[in-house]
Amino acid sequence: MPPRQSAPSRPVAVSLLVIALVVGGVAAAFAYTAGWLSPERLTPDRIVDAFSPPGKEPLGHRRNHAKGICFTGVFEANGEGAALSKARVFAKGQYPVLGRFNFGTTDPAASDVTARVKGLAISITTPDGQEWRSGMIQLPVFPVSTVQGFYDLLVASGSKDPGAMPAFVAKHPEIAPVGEWMKTAPWTASYADVRYNGLNAFLFTDSSGADHAVRWSMLPAQQPTDVPADDLAKRDPNFLEQDLQERVAAGPLHWTMSVMVANPGDPTADPSKAWPDDRKTIDVGTLTVQNVQAEANGPCRDINYDPTVLPGGIRTSDDPFPAARSSAYAVSYDRRTAEAGDYPRTTTGATP
Amino acid sequence: MSDVIHDRFTPLQRVLHWVMAICILAMLFIGVGMVSTVMPKHLTLVSIHKPLGIAILVLALVRLGVRARYGTPPLPYDLPEPMRLAAVLSHWVLYALMIAMPLIGWGMLSAARYPVVLFDGVHLPSILPLSDSLHTALWNAHRALALVFFALILLHLAAALFHALVRRDGVFQAMAGGSPPKVQIAPAE
Ligand code: HEM
Ligand code: HEM
Ligand code: HEM
Repeated sequence: MPPRQSAPSRPVAVSLLVIALVVGGVAAAFAYTAGWLSPERLTPDRIVDAFSPPGKEPLGHRRNHAKGICFTGVFEANGEGAALSKARVFAKGQYPVLGRFNFGTTDPAASDVTARVKGLAISITTPDGQEWRSGMIQLPVFPVSTVQGFYDLLVASGSKDPGAMPAFVAKHPEIAPVGEWMKTAPWTASYADVRYNGLNAFLFTDSSGADHAVRWSMLPAQQPTDVPADDLAKRDPNFLEQDLQERVAAGPLHWTMSVMVANPGDPTADPSKAWPDDRKTIDVGTLTVQNVQAEANGPCRDINYDPTVLPGGIRTSDDPFPAARSSAYAVSYDRRTAEAGDYPRTTTGATP
Repeated sequence: MSDVIHDRFTPLQRVLHWVMAICILAMLFIGVGMVSTVMPKHLTLVSIHKPLGIAILVLALVRLGVRARYGTPPLPYDLPEPMRLAAVLSHWVLYALMIAMPLIGWGMLSAARYPVVLFDGVHLPSILPLSDSLHTALWNAHRALALVFFALILLHLAAALFHALVRRDGVFQAMAGGSPPKVQIAPAE
């Protein structure tokens, strides 16, 4: 029998080199795609790392809006939203809600006295098995116009260099309205009287297939409870949670969901820019908060309020933030659920 | 089982192999790409990752069925025993990963109570209860096995090219088609 390698078209060494190059090339392409060759790439891990100094991560907790309290309730659609989106959630009817009140902090033990930017996260499920998750905050606009800008803001505000923030502000003049809001907006003494804004623009698709760029907000039915910041400082570190529990024990709380529709040319890709007040707004329904549960063993604990969990009839727009939030919230979720041992499921403190 | 011994995989097996090879490599690249970007392409990649992963699960089951029906061509008679073992074992591990990876991905999303949306408005049922420990175990497994999968595919690629360029024993042609090198048939002794 003739040997197999009787008539190779090329020496074995050359063949082996070809194999090594092909395999090495595929491996290098993989490493590049994974970002292993580009440490400067802004990855979800880097954004999440930037929330806390190394070693100071809130183990077991959300990496931002780390302190919060769960609630359950219903969203009652009035049917008006159906003109904008074919999503089932806008068809007249009642749909269950699982939500979370929270405030912007990276410290789950932060005192409620420091709650400057409060937040509301909701998940609404409809009988067709679809779900809509949304995270909204008290700010009227977002502080920065780009995701990189947000990362730079996290780095600057976490920096020990006293010049870091002034340098950031000089580079990001769009932050001025939020800076003004921080100084002048009244402090409120409750989660219940706050207007929560979605800030990011999404596309609603109606039954004719037409798209509408929208932003939504939750408008409180509860009266404002503005208090001077000095008075607030004297309150209990969990006063927001106690207030919420007392109010809900006395009766349900309500918010109206209001949807603002952009005109062509409105800045949909930049959440730091408000849309003019005269834009069409439609009230699409009412959120009713019926029960409150402590987070430690509450139903919102292991939910990721990823703003890109959307029902058919709602999708993301050219606003780059929801994608970035989705990627970062997943990292925060992966980490905190892996650290569950550091956050016992027993109820503690003032939130039974 | 067919009782005829082929020197090639059937055309259906070859089509499945190559289509799935492209899909699986794409999945691995999409997977590591999507978790390392905050850009809008993150969402695009995620929205491909889930349905394509489930498609791979379905195709893998079909492929094993086809394999049970038509069998495989024999490996060359003179392939050294360790290489033969490596080939057989690695092929089974590859099949196992084609099935395990999508199930783990699906289970991981279920254990975190994410809706498993394949297309606009089309979603799969949850296959596991909400559980932080299950989620963590599956998430770690999905990542670790993805790297095992990729490493094994690199070895498989190297081995296939070794058969094609160095051994020239017809193994490559059994899957790739084309005419096998002249000297590959064992003499009947
Ligand atoms: C690129 C920009 C942003 C980043 C990187 C970011 C990051 C985060 C992270 C890591 C969490 C914790 C998630 C979890 O563990 O479940 C979080 C929570 C939250 N974020 Fe953002 N965020 C961004 C923009 C926004 C915007 C624009 C809003 C509101 C309009 C917002 C509102 C919230 C709310 C309400 C929560 C609490 C969610 C909950 O209760 O689970 N965020 N954010
Ligand atoms: C052959 C099938 C599959 C392959 C080869 C694959 C591969 C990968 C890879 C390489 C990653 C990146 C891991 C990392 O570096 O962190 C990943 C992540 C992920 N995969 Fe898959 N996957 C498959 C199927 C699926 C399926 C069917 C689903 C869901 C239905 C899924 C859901 C996910 C999710 C959600 C992540 C992100 C995990 C996180 O970091 O939070 N995968 N996958
Ligand atoms: C990317 C993912 C790939 C996967 C998951 C994969 C998987 C497999 C599996 C499971 C088999 C065994 C078939 C059986 O016995 O039923 C096989 C055979 C084969 N594959 Fe792949 N393959 C991949 C890529 C490739 C590539 C890139 C090449 C070549 C450049 C290749 C060349 C071959 C050859 C020549 C065989 C035949 C081996 C034999 O005769 O037993 N494969 N592949």
